[in-house]
Amino acid sequence: MIGFIARRLLLMIPTLLGVAIAVFFMLRIGGGDIVAMKFRAEGAQVTEDVIQAERKRLGLDKPNFYLACARYLPPSGCTASMDNQFHDYMTGLLRLDLGKSLWTGDPVAKEIAIRFPVSLQVAIMAMMIAVMIAVPLGTISALYRDTWIDYTVRIFSVSGLAIPSFWLGMLIILGLLSFFKWLPKIGYVSIFEDPVANLSALIWPALSVGYRYAAVATRMMRSSLLEVMREDYIRTARAKGVWSRLITRRHALRNALLPVVTVIGLEFAFLIGGLVVTEQVFNLNGIGKLFVDASSRGDFVMIQGLVLMIAVIFIVINLVVDIVYGYLDPRIRLN
Amino acid sequence: MKRIATLASAGALTLTASVLWSPGEVQGQGAPKKGGTLNFAVVAEPPTIDCHAVSTFAFAHPGRPHYSTLLKFSGDYKNLKLVGDLAESFEMSKDGLSYTFKLHKGVKFHDGADMTSADVKASYERIVSPPPGVTSLRRALHSDIGSIETPDEHTAIFKMKRANASMLTHFASPWNCIYRAALLKEDPNYPAKKIVGTGPFVHVEYIKGSHWAGKRFDGYFRKDRPYLDGYKAFFVKSTGVAPGIIGGQFDAEFRGRSPKERDQIMEAMKDKAVTIEGPWVTNLLFTFNTTKKPFDDERVRQALSMAIDRHGGSTPLSKISVLKYVSGLLRPGFDMGLPPEELEKIPGFSKDIQKSRAEAKRLLAAAGVPNLKVRLVNRNIDEPYKPGGIFLIDQWKRIGVEAEHTQLETKLFFDAMKDGNFDVLVEFISDFADDPSAQFDKLLTGKKSSQAASRHEDSRLDELFDLQAAAIDPVARRKLVHEFERHALTKAYAVPLLWWQRIITMHRKVKGWEHQANHFTGQDLADVWLDE
Repeated sequence: MIGFIARRLLLMIPTLLGVAIAVFFMLRIGGGDIVAMKFRAEGAQVTEDVIQAERKRLGLDKPNFYLACARYLPPSGCTASMDNQFHDYMTGLLRLDLGKSLWTGDPVAKEIAIRFPVSLQVAIMAMMIAVMIAVPLGTISALYRDTWIDYTVRIFSVSGLAIPSFWLGMLIILGLLSFFKWLPKIGYVSIFEDPVANLSALIWPALSVGYRYAAVATRMMRSSLLEVMREDYIRTARAKGVWSRLITRRHALRNALLPVVTVIGLEFAFLIGGLVVTEQVFNLNGIGKLFVDASSRGDFVMIQGLVLMIAVIFIVINLVVDIVYGYLDPRIRLN
Repeated sequence: MKRIATLASAGALTLTASVLWSPGEVQGQGAPKKGGTLNFAVVAEPPTIDCHAVSTFAFAHPGRPHYSTLLKFSGDYKNLKLVGDLAESFEMSKDGLSYTFKLHKGVKFHDGADMTSADVKASYERIVSPPPGVTSLRRALHSDIGSIETPDEHTAIFKMKRANASMLTHFASPWNCIYRAALLKEDPNYPAKKIVGTGPFVHVEYIKGSHWAGKRFDGYFRKDRPYLDGYKAFFVKSTGVAPGIIGGQFDAEFRGRSPKERDQIMEAMKDKAVTIEGPWVTNLLFTFNTTKKPFDDERVRQALSMAIDRHGGSTPLSKISVLKYVSGLLRPGFDMGLPPEELEKIPGFSKDIQKSRAEAKRLLAAAGVPNLKVRLVNRNIDEPYKPGGIFLIDQWKRIGVEAEHTQLETKLFFDAMKDGNFDVLVEFISDFADDPSAQFDKLLTGKKSSQAASRHEDSRLDELFDLQAAAIDPVARRKLVHEFERHALTKAYAVPLLWWQRIITMHRKVKGWEHQANHFTGQDLADVWLDE
């Protein structure tokens, strides 16, 4: 197992390298001048020399790559230089330095660290809600297939798939405002500092994304369990007269959980950086909001750091899912 | 030789030799109460915490309560006055070449050090000649300052290279915070790292993306201020403000809300909320790319301005957006601007829209472009850029002009502006005060202004600009300002569509806040109190 984990961790390196190179060049296709945004977006009379000085300070006056070609010129119009943005970025990554935000000037890692606990906690709470709903509902739905119970669960889960999380979030906010004229206190407080304030603020976004998350997992749980229940070994167990609850719990459920674990893992990784609109609806200072802010400002360095962080999360979650697979299915563990 | 200035060169501002401060009861608001924490929303986030390197309300709202300036604006937009802040009194010489400030005694920085004229000198020198690695956004605006003398600890004398009619306004700029000289000597960039000011509130914390907090400075030099125990500013998206006020997350938001949000808050909160409305030193401006045909032709530009029914459109537009007032190049109500009867004579500002549009069609035909097609480049921001752009397209359609509406993200919008990749550009003028030099900047030639997008080469505007900028006599300046306005609006390189209305809707318990027709000044919160 340790060898397997080590191999997977080593494989991260080329994956992250590919992501880093791809995101660097993709971001520079779009254009956009962050310095003009920073200084002139509200109409300030800022002279061009101030703009150029800031561009120089941020290293934006350097060419993007080792070979820089003036637009519309043939290759003869190109110049080579080691002093370029790509070189700075890659050498920074070698030192595990994600760089400094072009907007605030603070290290990207520090900016991410401020927001990460919020997104992580919402994702964990949403996952808990999803698991608590999906596993029993999906199981009941499969066991009572084509009965009114199954239909009710299907309506619940299909609605969850159809309703966007942010819209549900807006409905929750409107409901709180209409019925209670109240919204939870704004601003993140750690759960260890003040659990009541923390949970009263984060339970609502967790519910709004958890519902969709639960719907996906419920559907997966139901179909997976139905498939497993048709397997030969289940039929054999029944023929041997094993108690039906034991068959479900010990043999069917364990096998049916494999695809559900994959879905839960992928959704969890997605939630860390993907709560873009939901975070805005609930005024949460999370990774999704940081992503949107960085994109609208053209803060390339911040976006690069965020994309890399999300790539790491996906890789780590995939690894965790594989380890859980091994726990659930001895065949995978032994192989 | 010297005289006490009795009229600000800006025209509408009354100056006094001593600080105008009226402690005690504010009319209609009762006696101020001490205590409480003001919670307010800020719908953007500052790139830095250094006043000299920032130009956004996202800093002014949470950050200015920590700092003082030499002068400041006091009163609402109808009774706006320039008063001393750190200056106990101030004088301008008759020729406008010298400004003398007598500073308050006993002013302390938040770290306990005394504030003296050396701090004023060091702060302004940082603005005028920033050391390497320090950003000073308004260096060019202060380039007329020649030297700063400090004959004693409580006197600062600014010697000018040439007269500058906007100088008093600059001394009241919310961005000209006074920093501590000793700390600047150790690290010229310290204001970007920590906050040590003389303002009414001490900095507590700034959690990026979340909030900014301040608490009362017990050593503040105005003994009966501030009223609040502290304040907390929350950085949120604009869409979160109205629900946040209704739901009790914030008491106010001080940039300005849309009419729809005002109605939403008032309907939900009834008499628990209050709305304060008025003009805004901000407009929407449409600028022609004069290097592109046929926009190099004055007749075409005039025709496109004349097609717009500003007077008829202002009422319906003001119900759905912040666009409201008809005015020339200066804020409606600012007495330096062209009076309405004169403005109406300028192409595009007449109340007789049928006649205007008939003339517009004639001008287009005479210019050989009766079926003109225009690429209108706009920002993809809802309020008020989208309604403004749609209104323009609708109005142009009425004279047979077709427009393609290209809405860009702000960063791409600036690229388009810089590269000249537009026929007509929807931009804006926004400043912290009524000041012709500030509001005319975008109308100048590219040689004179780095912000000019129309790329015209009309040196007459540059000449008039320089003349008015140096005219410290308000009467002479007004005459030059009118001439500039008439010339610029007739040539129509860039023409205002409408001026904005500033709508502040907040919890009724917030008292002592004043609407100053801009979203940058009046935010030190020294006079704000909570009626609870």
